Amino acid sequence: MEDIIYNQLGYSILSWTVFLPVLGALLLLFISNAGAVRWTTLAFTVANFFVAFPLLQHFDKTTHKMQFVEKVPWIPSWGINYFVGIDGISILFIFLTTILSVLCVLVSWKSIASKVKEFHIAILILEAAMLGVFASLDFFLFYIFWEAMLIPMFLIIGVWGGQNRLYATIKFFLYTLVGSVLMLVGIVVLYFAGGNTLDILALSNMHAQFPFQLQFWLFLAFFAAFAVKVPMFPVHTWLPDAHTEAPTAGSVILAGVLIKMGAYGFLRFSMPMLPDATKFFMGPIMVLSVIAIIYGALVCFAQKDFKRLIAYSSVSHMGYVTLGLFALNTQGVEGGILQMLNHGIITGAMFLMIGIIYERTHTRVIADYGGFAGLVPWFAGLFMILTFASVGLPATNGFIGEFLIMFGAFKANKILGVFAATGIILGAGYMLWLYQRIFFQDANPDYEASGHHPVRDLDLREVLTLVPLFVFVFWIGFYPNTFLEYMHASVEHLIQQMELTAVAGNENMIAKYIMEIF
Amino acid sequence: MVPLSWYIVLSAVMFSIGVFGFLARRNLLIIFISIELMLNSVNISLVAFSHYLQSMRGQILVFFVITVAAAEAAIGLAILIAYYKNNPTIKVDEINLLKG
Amino acid sequence: MLKYTLIPLLPFISFLINILFGRNYIKDKAHWIAVPAVAGSFILAVSAFFDVLGGHDVNVNIYSWIVSGDFNVSVGFLIDQLSAIMLIVVTSISTLIFIYSIGYMHGDPGYYRFFAYLSLFVFSMLMLVMGNNFLVMYFGWEAVGLCSYFLIGFWFHKKSASDAGKKAFIVNRFGDFGFGLGVILIYLTFGSLEFMQVFDKAGSIAGQTINILGNDVNLITLICLLLFCGAVGKSAQLPLHVWLPDAMEGPTPVSALIHAATMVTAGVFMVARCNPLFSMSPVAMNTVAITGGLTAIFAATIALVQNDIKRVIAYSTVSQLGYMFLALGVGAYSAGIFHLYTHAYFKALLFLGSGSVIHALHHAGHHDEQNMQKMGGLKKYMPITYKVFILATLSITGIPFFSGFFSKDEILWRAYQGGDLGKFLWLLAALAALLTAFYSWRLIFLTFHGTFRGSHEHEHHIHESPPVITVPLMFLAFGAVFAGYVGIPPIFLEHGDRIGEFLAPVLGHPAGHGTHAEEIFVILVSIAVAVLGWMVAYNMYIKNTGLPQKLQDRFAPVHKLLFNKYYIDELYSKTLVQPMLKASDKIILGFDTYIIEGIVNGVPNLIGAFGRKFREVQTGMLSNYALVMAIGAVCIVGIWVFLK
Repeated sequence: MEDIIYNQLGYSILSWTVFLPVLGALLLLFISNAGAVRWTTLAFTVANFFVAFPLLQHFDKTTHKMQFVEKVPWIPSWGINYFVGIDGISILFIFLTTILSVLCVLVSWKSIASKVKEFHIAILILEAAMLGVFASLDFFLFYIFWEAMLIPMFLIIGVWGGQNRLYATIKFFLYTLVGSVLMLVGIVVLYFAGGNTLDILALSNMHAQFPFQLQFWLFLAFFAAFAVKVPMFPVHTWLPDAHTEAPTAGSVILAGVLIKMGAYGFLRFSMPMLPDATKFFMGPIMVLSVIAIIYGALVCFAQKDFKRLIAYSSVSHMGYVTLGLFALNTQGVEGGILQMLNHGIITGAMFLMIGIIYERTHTRVIADYGGFAGLVPWFAGLFMILTFASVGLPATNGFIGEFLIMFGAFKANKILGVFAATGIILGAGYMLWLYQRIFFQDANPDYEASGHHPVRDLDLREVLTLVPLFVFVFWIGFYPNTFLEYMHASVEHLIQQMELTAVAGNENMIAKYIMEIF
Repeated sequence: MVPLSWYIVLSAVMFSIGVFGFLARRNLLIIFISIELMLNSVNISLVAFSHYLQSMRGQILVFFVITVAAAEAAIGLAILIAYYKNNPTIKVDEINLLKG
Repeated sequence: MLKYTLIPLLPFISFLINILFGRNYIKDKAHWIAVPAVAGSFILAVSAFFDVLGGHDVNVNIYSWIVSGDFNVSVGFLIDQLSAIMLIVVTSISTLIFIYSIGYMHGDPGYYRFFAYLSLFVFSMLMLVMGNNFLVMYFGWEAVGLCSYFLIGFWFHKKSASDAGKKAFIVNRFGDFGFGLGVILIYLTFGSLEFMQVFDKAGSIAGQTINILGNDVNLITLICLLLFCGAVGKSAQLPLHVWLPDAMEGPTPVSALIHAATMVTAGVFMVARCNPLFSMSPVAMNTVAITGGLTAIFAATIALVQNDIKRVIAYSTVSQLGYMFLALGVGAYSAGIFHLYTHAYFKALLFLGSGSVIHALHHAGHHDEQNMQKMGGLKKYMPITYKVFILATLSITGIPFFSGFFSKDEILWRAYQGGDLGKFLWLLAALAALLTAFYSWRLIFLTFHGTFRGSHEHEHHIHESPPVITVPLMFLAFGAVFAGYVGIPPIFLEHGDRIGEFLAPVLGHPAGHGTHAEEIFVILVSIAVAVLGWMVAYNMYIKNTGLPQKLQDRFAPVHKLLFNKYYIDELYSKTLVQPMLKASDKIILGFDTYIIEGIVNGVPNLIGAFGRKFREVQTGMLSNYALVMAIGAVCIVGIWVFLK
């Protein structure tokens, strides 16, 4: 019955993974030279990647059980444990987080010039908190990590951000906090409903006991937190501001990992713990997702700022993710998870590239660009790959995710599937238009070799920053099974859990309850 | 033997004087003295009750009150002096940093 | 096995080498990698063709691509009669056009890039043709679109070129939208995407319906129509034809290879490939046939009045693709593929010939190098180009014993047999053939006959293109003349229709029933319209050169309508593009900024406003606070006493 496999490696690999960046941050306190700070941080993030790597190697893909589990009583009187472990859903995000953190350090090498030490401490703490969120199996621990993520992110945007950073960072903070507070209420209610336990696995296996009425309200409470994080329409407006104002590393982490937390939350909590409510809300959420896909794409057409456009395209792409997840079938969920990974890779890489070009031109206004394909051909070529990955061209990772999601959505609801597919037309429209305005047509004379600010092509550090992500663009595009294999067992289990609860007569109960509310 | 009611009356009178001083006077120092007056009026009644009830509790409480009063006076006067150094006034209607 | 994998892989390797090292190392030697690669593919394709001829079909999965739950798709190849023909067409024409490009693109700063993209295109097209399931086909389908985007916008500094590339990609996406949904629906229906498995099961779902918004729709019809959406986009049929004429912004070898011979015929190939599905749905078949017939005549009318040499040929391509769909729609799949095959040669020849003209004029310093009104009399300067042009034109207009005659006649004959609708379509097609003959000869007469209408300075410098350009032209001319001899109608030669018989295992035999007399009649009609077209053109552009202008003035509105391509681009721009951009800018962004952000910022502002009111309670007067405190204390004590 025990749904966990204790640490099969014999040493606490997950704790090392999560807390190594914290050690790094502590070490940084004693270093004052900016160069040394950068190298130390780089060393720690790279080391963390290698520390986490055995997780991928030794992961048992045949089981849905939690693996590499460590469980130590923490506050026994409240039933709180230090309880970490990963399954096929979280492992890929651990992996993504460790990679993106390295790239964030690399891309900030020159662009962060003030308060270098503090910046890198924030990055390391942020990394630890994100890893912690993906690894926690105890609600208390989870909530601590969840909120801990906010603080370094708040500082990164608020201190190292652009012109309008204070507005953006406070908006980001309040938006997310409002959601999280509702989630906290949900957690407390779950604690009592589940018989005084905060064990996520125990609660997931207990879903049958929760009456629909309870699930309904709990779902809404969790939904508030996760929908804001994703972000789903109509609570998405913090994202463009946060992205636009954040420094490059901040945008990369935000797009790459932070906004995946919401979707991860749906997978880890809403679906297994509140299956009846999930099924009840499936329709509305799919509709909201489709709205997000189309709405996000349409808003992109009206953007004048490079970074803001990509931020809005994230709204559209995350719409695909939630659409897939709430299709509640294997293809939809697996496509959704894969698309989260893809979006982290593609949009992460896009923000890296925007940061790189911004360092040269100091403008993000699309109209200031033009003809860059002739000026920076390697840059243009790589951005082209991202553009087509983003519009879901076969052989790139974007296609695999979008296709599976579309398949799942179409399976669940044909009409919504059709509407979601219009996103591929709109996506091609705004991305190609963006590409044309930036890279084609006549060059802005300022940036030509003879102009005031001649731009140079990528240097070695920048290529090294980008290449890993491009490897994954094609790896997932040509052979997604490497990644899909990790999630099969866990997703299959999740779907089964959801199906098991379809108790006869549940619909009647739901209908009755809805009548009561209104 | 002085009856209990006399003590209580004395205490009440002192307290009222304190309240009046606290509300009516504008000098911060006087206000402090009024506060002390109020605390001490309470002390008197506590001691009187203690004697009347033949219980030590009241007197113990009095010691606490004296201690707190001393601490409060020390901090209060310190703040007062610190403030006076910046703005040479101790009239309360001119001290309105907290005005909304 | 390795042999078949190498067919697409060779061009792909060429692409990788050229794109990675071309800029710094290979530069103007890019063709030394690209040409051998594609020639290698051609040789392997010929060998594969003979394998198929010897009865060795290949249907093999290479590796499993996407696995998710019960969804399982592999990357695999299917080489049967149909794909063997396509392989030959694609690789042979590619090889010739690669060689031609050595001369045509000589000295272009993006030389290496050009060969890289062309190689990628050949790879993608071969994947499209060789795929053994719908998803691999979809991969090739999208990838050729991508290459088309790259190559149309090859001269990306020109806004018109990058606009055209973007337009091609986005218009195609409209088609792919349907194609993608069709693929999903096929998997949900059949539980597989492999052609053979799907087609085997096709019979079992006949008559099944699917409920959409309360309407019962025939499942197989829906699947076919969705797939056909993709074909309409890729093969530039009505109403998604708008991208192809603009695609002429690309270099001419691209127009010849991608936008005439290979990529645009992918739609025809796809419908032919799915013939077991289409055959089950009369509705879908009629849609295909009518779309094809209408497009054939529609595009031909536009071609009548265009002045840009490449645009005339582009509209001619749209029109000829219409013929192919017409053939498919009346059930004559092999006739459609036969026309695809002959068309590839003569149309590539027309494009490359026009490229030779443009190249010559460009090097002579002529700036308006594509405008036929500024040409004329080139016959004596460019004899080889002129001759091959004549051969290609004889072929496209359907003069007997040139390849176009055989394939076009096959289509007309099959259409004629197809009942009332067929007769109507035959009429459309015959009329289109008349128009084809007219505009094709008009092109020749305007370009090569008469006197040169540019400056004398330029005329001096015009000379025939180098052999690297003319030799591929001669090879193609050979194809344009003789390619049709594999499909001689049985009426002339018993078992003459070799290609139809070869393709029969995949495409079946068309159920034809007509008398010999009727067939002769159809043939005579098509010859008559071809000759009539020539006569009209000759009369207008050689004998009576003032006539075109007179007609233009006489029928000014008609001319304007045709010259502006029926204003379809303007219509789309006014009804789709502009409203959408306006809506996104005004309505959607407004909603985002004012309504959502209004609420988001409104709530804190409201709280702030309350705070500003409430803080006036804080007077800053110590005695006020004390008074309130005292009153409060009294009240609490009072309430307490009172309640007691």
